[in-house]
Amino acid sequence: MAKEATKKVKKEKIPRGAMPEQEPEVRARNFMEVPLGYTQEMAVREAQRCLQCKNPRCVDGCPVGVDIPGFISLIKEEKFTEAIRHIWQKNSLPAVCGRVCPQEIQCEGRCIVGKKDEPVAIGNLERFAADWERENGTGALPPTAEPTGKKVAVVGSGPSGLTVAGDLIVKGHDVTVLEAFHKSGGVLVYGIPEFRLPKAIVAQEVNFLERLGVKVECNAVVGRTVSLDELFDEGYDAIYIGVGAGLPRFMNIPGENLIGILSANEYLTRANLMKAYLFPEVDTPIPHGKNVVVLGAGNVAMDSARTAMRLGADKVRIVYRRSRQEMPARTAEIHHAEQEGIEFFLLTNPTRYLGDDKGRLRGMECLKMELGEPDESGRRRPVAIESSEFELDCDLCIVAVGSGANPLLTESTPDLKLSKWGYIEADLETGKTFKKGVWAGGDIVTGAATVILAMGAARKAADSIHEYLMRGW
Amino acid sequence: MFKIVKREEMSEGNVILNEIEAPKIAAKARPGQFVILKANEDGERIPLTMADTDPQKGTITVIYMVVGKSTALFKTLQIGGGYQDVIGPLGKATHIEKVGTVVCVGGGTGIAVLHPITRALKEVGNHVISIVGARSKDLLILEDQMKAASNELRICTDDGSYGHHGFVTEVLKEILEAGKVDQAVAIGPVPMMKFVSLITKEYNVPTMVSLNPIMVDGTGMCGGCRVTIGGQTKFACVDGPEFDGHQVDYDELMTRLQAYCEDEKKCYNEFCMLEE
Ligand SMILES: Cc1cc2nc3c(=O)[nH]c(=O)nc-3n(C[C@H](O)[C@H](O)[C@H](O)COP(=O)(O)OP(=O)(O)OC[C@H]3O[C@@H](n4cnc5c(N)ncnc54)[C@H](O)[C@@H]3O)c2cc1C
Ligand SMILES: Cc1cc2nc3c(=O)[nH]c(=O)nc-3n(C[C@H](O)[C@H](O)[C@H](O)COP(=O)(O)OP(=O)(O)OC[C@H]3O[C@@H](n4cnc5c(N)ncnc54)[C@H](O)[C@@H]3O)c2cc1C
Ligand code: SF4
Ligand code: SF4
Ligand code: FES
Repeated sequence: MAKEATKKVKKEKIPRGAMPEQEPEVRARNFMEVPLGYTQEMAVREAQRCLQCKNPRCVDGCPVGVDIPGFISLIKEEKFTEAIRHIWQKNSLPAVCGRVCPQEIQCEGRCIVGKKDEPVAIGNLERFAADWERENGTGALPPTAEPTGKKVAVVGSGPSGLTVAGDLIVKGHDVTVLEAFHKSGGVLVYGIPEFRLPKAIVAQEVNFLERLGVKVECNAVVGRTVSLDELFDEGYDAIYIGVGAGLPRFMNIPGENLIGILSANEYLTRANLMKAYLFPEVDTPIPHGKNVVVLGAGNVAMDSARTAMRLGADKVRIVYRRSRQEMPARTAEIHHAEQEGIEFFLLTNPTRYLGDDKGRLRGMECLKMELGEPDESGRRRPVAIESSEFELDCDLCIVAVGSGANPLLTESTPDLKLSKWGYIEADLETGKTFKKGVWAGGDIVTGAATVILAMGAARKAADSIHEYLMRGW
Repeated sequence: MFKIVKREEMSEGNVILNEIEAPKIAAKARPGQFVILKANEDGERIPLTMADTDPQKGTITVIYMVVGKSTALFKTLQIGGGYQDVIGPLGKATHIEKVGTVVCVGGGTGIAVLHPITRALKEVGNHVISIVGARSKDLLILEDQMKAASNELRICTDDGSYGHHGFVTEVLKEILEAGKVDQAVAIGPVPMMKFVSLITKEYNVPTMVSLNPIMVDGTGMCGGCRVTIGGQTKFACVDGPEFDGHQVDYDELMTRLQAYCEDEKKCYNEFCMLEE
C-alpha cells in the first residue's frame, strides 16, 4: 500500500495491498496481534482488484464455498454490513478464517489475478468485513426459527462444534455445547496464540451463539463426566461429536521425559489457555528456554517457536526432517517466523535427547537427512545420512510433530466405529456415524486438518441432523 | 461456581478438607479417581483425588496439603465461597477385588486418597491391614476413618510421638514376615511409595501405587503427566493414576515434579507477602 505509483495506474494494476503489521523486532517480544488489519480505504482499494469473474475459481478453492466475488463487490461499494452478512451465509466464523485459513492453497491459490500478479487478498478482506462488523455493526441477531422442541448436544467447542451449534440454533433446536476445558473455543483458544488470533474475538463468537440461545457447559468431559448414552437418557435427540485431534505425538526416542521437553499441546495450552506468559500474575508457570528447539514445521510448530521467542528466548530453532518445500505451515506463518529471527534447521532429525545430572534437557543428538523416493503422502521421504550425527544444544524442546485421536470419549462408547488410527468413522457427506443419532466431524474424523475443513464438515452434519430431527434417521 | 459446603483444617492447618457441591461428579465418581480444581479466572488447574463422595447430597470431598501458591489460595476459600471450576471424575478407578489379605500403606495426604480405596477393599470382603504414617502425632490425619475402614490399623510417626517410632516400611516388613499378604496398596510421598514397592517386591506381593505428576488438562491431551512404567511412557491422567508399583520409575517422577520449583517458589512468596 505504501507504493503509490507515480503514473496513473490502470485498474487491474493496483498492487496487492499489504496489511500493516507490527515491526518484527517489536512484535517478537510481545503477545499482541501481528497484522493490524486493513483500513476502510485499503479494503475498498483491494476489493477493486477483483475481476468479478463469471466463473470464479476462488470459490472452488474455498472448502465452504464462500461467494467471494459477491462479498468483495459489496466491500467495493462500501456496503460492509451487507458484505459480512453475505459471508455468514456460508461461513459463521469469518474473523477467524480470515486470519488462519491457508489461503495460498485455498481461495487465493485459485484466484485468476494470481496467475500473473499476486492474488486478491481474499483472507484480508474477509477479516476486514468481520472486524468492521464487530467494531461498528449493530450486533443484531439473525432471525431464528420457531422452537422445534428437539434437543441437541454438541460435544467439543472447537470450530466444528461451534458451527453445528450456530446452524442448529437458528433452525429452532435447543442446543447445548459440552466442553471438557474450563473455556470454550477448542484449538482457537488453547492452541492458536493471541498474537495470531486474539482470544477476545473467539470469546465474542461464543458470546454471539449464547445470545442466540446456545447453552455452553464447560468442565464437562464427555466419556467421564457423562457418557453419550447418558446424554440420550437425559433427553437429547441427537449428538454431534467435534472433539478434535487432542492426542500429542512424541518422537519416542531416548530421553524424552527429561525436564524441558514438552508437547506443543502442553506448551501452547499453558501459554494460551492458562495465560502463563503473564506468570506470576497468573498462577500457571511455563518454562522459559533460552535456547529453544521446536521439532516439526507445521502451524503448530511455528506457533510454538514464535511463542518461545516472545517468552524471551535468545535463540529459537525449527528442526525439521524434510526440506523447506515440504513444510506444512501457512506461508504467512513461515514468513513471520523468519522475520522474527527464528532459524530453520532443515533435513535434520533428532535421535536422542541429552540431559544433565539434574534430569534437565541440555541438548539433542541429530542426524542429517536427505530426500529419497516419495512416500504415501506424496512427499519425498527423508532418509538419514550415515554417520552424520551432530549435537545441538538446547534447554527447551517443544515437540510439534503432529497429533492423533484422543481415545477418552471413544473408549467409553464402544458402539462407535473407529478407523485403525482411532478416528471416528463418519459419512463424509452427512457426518453420520455408525451409532444412531450420533454425528461426528472435524479433526476427530479427518485427523488434524484446518479450521475451515472442520467447519465445512460441521455444516453438512448440521443439515443432516436437522433433516433427522424433522424426518428421521 | 462450585460451592464449598464444609471446610476443616487438620494437621496444624497444613491440611485442608473441602466438601464441594458437584452433583454430576459425585454421581459418577469411584474410588481412586480425581478431579481438577481451579479457584478463579487466573488460577492454576490443580489435580486432587476425591477422598469421599456423597451422591445423595451431590458433594465430593477433597483433602489437600498446602505446599505452594495454588493450594495456599485454596486454603483461603471459605464455606459459601468456592471454586470457579471443578472437572471430573478423571483417571481410572481403582480395581477393587476380593483377593484375601491386603495391606494398605499411606503417608501424609496420601492417607486421604487411600481411605476410600481401603474402605472399598474391605467392603468386598478382604482382610485389610492398614499402616499410616506421619511426621508426628499432630500431623496425622483421618485416624478414626482409617480405623473404621480397616480390620487392623497400625500407626507410625517419625518422631515416635504416637504408635511405632519409625517408618511405615518397618511395620510393613514385620507384617509381610508374619503371614501371607495377597496385595499391597501404597499412596503417599514418592519416596515412600518407592521404598514400599522395593520391599513388597522382595516378598512378591503385587502392589498398586497412585502417582501424582504435574498435570494440565487431565484428559490425555498434553502429555505433561508422563511417567515411565516398565520402560514405557504412560499418561498418568488417563492410563492411571494407579500403576503397578514394581514397574514405576520413581526417580524420574521425583525429578519431573521439580520442573517448576524455582518459578513456583517465587509465585508462592509473592502470594504470602500479599496475604500478610
Ligand atoms: C497450534 C495450532 C495451530 C493451528 N493453526 C491453524 C491455522 O493457522 N489454520 C487452520 O486452518 N488450522 C490451524 N490449526 C488446525 C485447526 O485448529 C483444527 O483443525 C481445528 O481447530 C479443528 O477443529 P475441531 O472443532 O475439529 O476441534 P478442536 O478445535 O480441537 O476442538 C475440540 C474441542 O473439543 C474438546 N473436547 C475434547 N474431548 C472432549 C470430551 N471428551 N468432552 C468434551 N469436550 C471435549 C476440546 O477440549 C476442544 O475444545 C491449528 C492447530 C493447532 C493445534
Ligand atoms: C492425580 C493427582 C492426585 C492428587 N491428589 C492429591 C490429594 O488428594 N491431596 C493433596 O494434598 N495433593 C494431591 N495431589 C498433589 C497436588 O496436586 C499438588 O500438591 C498441587 O498441585 C500443588 O500445587 P501448588 O501450586 O500449591 O504447589 P506448587 O507451587 O505447584 O508446588 C509446590 C511443591 O509441590 C511440588 N508439586 C507440584 N505439583 C505437584 C503435584 N502434582 N504433585 C506433587 N507435588 C507437586 C512442586 O515440585 C513443589 O515442590 C495430587 C496430584 C495428582 C496428579
Ligand atoms: S473461508 Fe477461508 S478459504 Fe474460504 S474464502 Fe474465507 S479465507 Fe478463503
Ligand atoms: S478468482 Fe480472483 S479475481 Fe476472480 S472473482 Fe475470485 S477473487 Fe475475484
Ligand atoms: S495431564 Fe495432560 S495428558 Fe495428562
